[in-house]
Amino acid sequence: MSEHHENSHGTFNSLMTGFALAGILTLIPFGIVMMEPSWDPSVTIGIIMGLGAVQIIVHLVYFLHLKRSTEEGWTFSATIFAVVILAIVLAGSLWVMHNMNANMMPMTQDNMGALPALPAGAEHGAHGASHE
Amino acid sequence: MTMIDTPMTGPIKGPEGPEHHPDHHPDHAHHASPTPIGFWIYLMSDCIIFGTLFATYAVLGNSFAGGPGPKDLFEPGFVFLETAFLLFSSITFGMGMLRADKGDVDGLLKWLGITAVFGLLFIGMELYEFRHLIHIGAGPDRSAFLSSFFLLVGTHGLHVTFGLVWMATLAAQLKWKGGLNESNTRRLGTLSMFWHFLDLIWIGVFSFVYLVRLV
Repeated sequence: MSEHHENSHGTFNSLMTGFALAGILTLIPFGIVMMEPSWDPSVTIGIIMGLGAVQIIVHLVYFLHLKRSTEEGWTFSATIFAVVILAIVLAGSLWVMHNMNANMMPMTQDNMGALPALPAGAEHGAHGASHE
Repeated sequence: MTMIDTPMTGPIKGPEGPEHHPDHHPDHAHHASPTPIGFWIYLMSDCIIFGTLFATYAVLGNSFAGGPGPKDLFEPGFVFLETAFLLFSSITFGMGMLRADKGDVDGLLKWLGITAVFGLLFIGMELYEFRHLIHIGAGPDRSAFLSSFFLLVGTHGLHVTFGLVWMATLAAQLKWKGGLNESNTRRLGTLSMFWHFLDLIWIGVFSFVYLVRLV
């Protein structure tokens, strides 16, 4: 271990910087949710997700000491690769499943009774046209 | 493939040319251990496991099957306390690593003990929450939303539990099996990565699983 780990555990100052940043980035989203602000919920969701992403980077830099140069860049490459896979898995799942949900016949109290009355062909035709 | 290693052909040396040999040995001297990078690659694969569980929660998170939703079940104050315990445990582990850099085994063990207490408080709260949810009929069998919730948060909790087992084992090794020797220092470095990584995953959990659903 000795040679390159010497400075890879960081210093007290960098640890405390990370602590302060992580603390602030944790307090803000919890504070906003507990305040129950009157603005548009999608703004709040955007703030929470954005600050979460920033906090993940803070943790990577200050706690996990991720640097471009560590292990001749292999650590950084492995991380970027994982991020790309994660993006594909998350975006792909949401995209595919959202489309499947959107193209499904919604089953509600209202149309449950109406369903048998509809001719099967008309129902398929109407639905097929809606997403093309 | 097995034919290659028969005595007739002998072991395959690989494509290292004659110019590879001179700088072969100094290059290896700089790389004391392949463990940190190997462990990092494990963590990234673990990250992808969590990614699939997050995706599952994202897809199934609105399928309540007529059962309770996030606003009926989640309490931001409770989750905040869990988050604080886990963040504190990350900081105290960092303090322990700074003691380890100085070769101070007793200081390291003290900080590891504090880290373990915070970790146990976190796990205790999570078990309490799970028990409570199951008790009020909001167990993993209630709806797809709750199945994916228990799966994701439970997987994280299991990781933290194994981290605590590892911490206890390493503390015993540090105390009675050679202190901060090369092996134990390597183990400590990987446990540090593991522990900070779990706190990183928790950011995703408290943001995406709890807070966003309480807006």
